[in-house]
Amino acid sequence: MPNHLYRLTADQVASGIKNRDFSAQEYISQILERIEKIDLKINAFVAVDKQGAAEKARSIDKRIHDGEHTGGLAGVALGIKDNICTKGLKTTCASKMLEGYVPPYDATVIKKLKENDAIIVGKLNLDEFAMGSTTEYSKYGPTRNPWNINYVAGGSSGGSAASVAALECAMSLGSDTGGSVRCPASFCSVVGLKPTYGCVSRSGLISYSNSLEQIGPVGKTVSDVVMLMNAIAGTDENDQTTRTTAIETIPNTMSLDRIPKYRLHQNNRNIRVGLVKELVEGADPAVSKCIYSAVDLFSRSDCKCEDTSMKSIEYALASYYTIAMAEASSNLARYDNIRYGFDSNPEEYEWNTYFAKVRNNFGEEVKRRIIIGSYVLSAGYYGKYYLKAQKAREMIKQEVKSLFEKYDVLIAPTMPILPFKFGEKIDDPLKMYQIDIDTVVANLAGIPAISIPVGFSDCLPVGLQIMANEMEEQTLFDVASSFESIVDIHKSPEI
Amino acid sequence: MVEVKIGLEIHCQLTGLQSKLFCSCQCDYRGKAPNTNICPICSGLPGTLPLLNQRAVDFASMISLALGCKVPDKVMFYRKNYFYPDLPKNFQITQYNAYGITSIGVEGRVDYGIKSTKIRRVQLEEDPGRLIYDTSFYTLIDYNRAGVSLVEIVTEPDFAEPKDVRMFLNKITSIIEHLGVGDTKLDGSVRCDVNVSLEGGKRVEIKNVGSFRDVEKALGYEITRQKTMSVRDIEIKSETRHWDEARKVTKQSRAKEEEEDYRYFPEPDIPTIVLGNEFLSSLKAKMPELPDERKIRFLREYELSDHVAQVLIDNKELADFFESTVKIYSSSPNEIANWIVSDLLGFIDDSKREEGSLFSGLRIEAKHMAELVKMIDQNIINRNIAKMILGQITKTGEMPSYVLDKMNASLIDSKAIISEAIESIFNSEKSAVRDAKQNPNAANFLLGKVMQLTGGRADPKIALNLIKTKLAVLE
Ligand SMILES: [Zn+2]
Repeated sequence: MPNHLYRLTADQVASGIKNRDFSAQEYISQILERIEKIDLKINAFVAVDKQGAAEKARSIDKRIHDGEHTGGLAGVALGIKDNICTKGLKTTCASKMLEGYVPPYDATVIKKLKENDAIIVGKLNLDEFAMGSTTEYSKYGPTRNPWNINYVAGGSSGGSAASVAALECAMSLGSDTGGSVRCPASFCSVVGLKPTYGCVSRSGLISYSNSLEQIGPVGKTVSDVVMLMNAIAGTDENDQTTRTTAIETIPNTMSLDRIPKYRLHQNNRNIRVGLVKELVEGADPAVSKCIYSAVDLFSRSDCKCEDTSMKSIEYALASYYTIAMAEASSNLARYDNIRYGFDSNPEEYEWNTYFAKVRNNFGEEVKRRIIIGSYVLSAGYYGKYYLKAQKAREMIKQEVKSLFEKYDVLIAPTMPILPFKFGEKIDDPLKMYQIDIDTVVANLAGIPAISIPVGFSDCLPVGLQIMANEMEEQTLFDVASSFESIVDIHKSPEI
Repeated sequence: MVEVKIGLEIHCQLTGLQSKLFCSCQCDYRGKAPNTNICPICSGLPGTLPLLNQRAVDFASMISLALGCKVPDKVMFYRKNYFYPDLPKNFQITQYNAYGITSIGVEGRVDYGIKSTKIRRVQLEEDPGRLIYDTSFYTLIDYNRAGVSLVEIVTEPDFAEPKDVRMFLNKITSIIEHLGVGDTKLDGSVRCDVNVSLEGGKRVEIKNVGSFRDVEKALGYEITRQKTMSVRDIEIKSETRHWDEARKVTKQSRAKEEEEDYRYFPEPDIPTIVLGNEFLSSLKAKMPELPDERKIRFLREYELSDHVAQVLIDNKELADFFESTVKIYSSSPNEIANWIVSDLLGFIDDSKREEGSLFSGLRIEAKHMAELVKMIDQNIINRNIAKMILGQITKTGEMPSYVLDKMNASLIDSKAIISEAIESIFNSEKSAVRDAKQNPNAANFLLGKVMQLTGGRADPKIALNLIKTKLAVLE
């Protein structure tokens, strides 16, 4: 039996188990061992389901032995961001408010992973309710960057990216509201995708900002991300905002829902690439240098690369934070500790004072966003803030749409800066918000965007972001895959 | 004469639906153990998304059309944010008229009698759960009702008199019943907030009048209260009052809560719903006959008087009963309608009208009414006997012919037989006979004795007449 099964990509794991090169149980025991050994340093997992994972591996092995059918992800170890509901497994959003909360239902993506026989090994760390860019705002403590544990892993899906980078699971699911998958993917040197809005069901994703967020896959390679997307994407009767226009779809056997089918073929012939000037020029020189050299390599093939400009970008951050906080203030209202939540005695409280008492247990950043969000929606300010933010969003959408008439993909850095040390920005919320400048456009416009590793600067990873028009995931995968093969920087951190 | 302005806000549950507005839980929550008619969606569990029930949109559109409203091409849902323990999400998904987007119905008009009232808007929203104020220390919450479809109908303040309001509400009830979208007789399925102001005065709102019957009473009380205050030069404050059902008065609500800011914004989880002309015309084609149309048909088809037709269509059950009867016996629709409106209605216990069916407790069916009218037409019975028979069948559910046979068989109306009985009583009750001679009221005692002797089968009228005649001739 090979010694380092945990190093394999999801692709290799799936075929290895299917071809009986090794068993699911052998593989999972190595994964669990790996988590046990290094997660004390990384803190990517908030809970590990050893028993569930071992049982699932046993049943997969038995079915393979008996010649029965197994799903496309049979045996592959997956970690799930702890804001995605898993039936019977605690789902806490890294918040005191959901301490001990066990959902009675599976998110649609979890159902689909289970149908595909993936093995869910545990739940992953995040900023409380996915609000943050460093995973420092977690009640479980921060997730550390596997490339240098004194540095942040990015956020809010810090656990999702760090766990994959640190080889604690083959792939993971995160959620991306303003860059929450792409930012940590970039900081941890893995591949992370924010799908088109409506491409993946949000049923079971605990809402932070419903009109912006999507569940997104994280993997070591573009190929793995494609494989995971094929498992989780598609329309869902439990989420009326889902849709699909993919050319190739297969029907779900259980319902009227359709599942898109993506393929992996590198193709950059005649691809028109626009390099978003404002974002490249606005980045830290260490970052833009990496981006330029990657684009340089890429443009030696048959594609057309040119600089382009996105003028509405200056409104993106303000629009994004206004909308996200407004929606958050309403989405998080339900946490009043009446129907679920941590232990707290309501006796001798009138309900209003009880709400106030228990809601004081939100973390500082969440409170800040609830307060600002309530403010921008309140009478007299709605027009000045929320409505204006929606108008700016519409402008951005229009400009993005017109850019995609000229280009097949747009390219920018994923993050304007390199990963930084813990505590560096936590005391200055505005500075923290500003690092989302490169990622929020995709959420505001509802388009797909992927972050792929393109290099290192001072041993710290740099990610490149590729955006495509809505529902053009296939184009995105084609270009990302070409980049990946040209740049070819895949390696793993020493922990 | 001071002018009174009254406006209404009516909440009506769409009990005609199978499931709730945003999940597949039963719409019928009544009589279920607390918190058993719930699911992750309607109890607001983290991660759940509302799944709009398309039939609720159809129903609300039908109501809007029936109330003469414009139905926009596109509708959206909004969140109304406020903290209250009966709201599982601490916001209510409802509709809102702003920024060029309207609720499912706007600018309608309803005619009733010779008057009419403008409808400001109709909107579709979710009902909250129920708070149960236990006598003990706790308040209990039951979410079984949470998420049931509710239609809110808001009128302009066009009413001048409580009795107009009553007529209007009758019409609304009848429309809802005719559309088959709701059963207005179910407890709590229709609720009403009313606002009242005297000419130029401040507006007072009365919340949560639990039934349409009480609306008229609450208004009567409130108008008198305001007029009395104004006569005494006491300022009427703009306030919210509650209707005290037990004492039949309006009461000031607890200390005025600060002006609530609901922070409305569009619900991101429900895509904009496109209605449009095609949808509306297919809906119109499916719509059942409305009360106004039915009345015109009654006038034309059965040649009923306007008044009788109006009484019938004001209550769908009554109109249905009439038509079922005519189906069985079609020769005299007018006679049938008159019997229903002037006689059968008399047997209906008014106090029970809002609780259950109009006919609850009455065992009469259309076949009984049909036979009864037929027997009158054929001169088998006269009107007085028909009335007696009607009274009997409402209690027993027996066929009129059977009741008649029984009456014939059991009643002793032979004067000879009754006289014999009287003779024997007069002999045994000498002192009572003497009393009765002085005091005619005492004759009833003798009648009682005669009835006793005949086992209650003597015709009491004949018997009493015979007793009186006999007393008169007695020396
Ligand atoms: Zn439900």
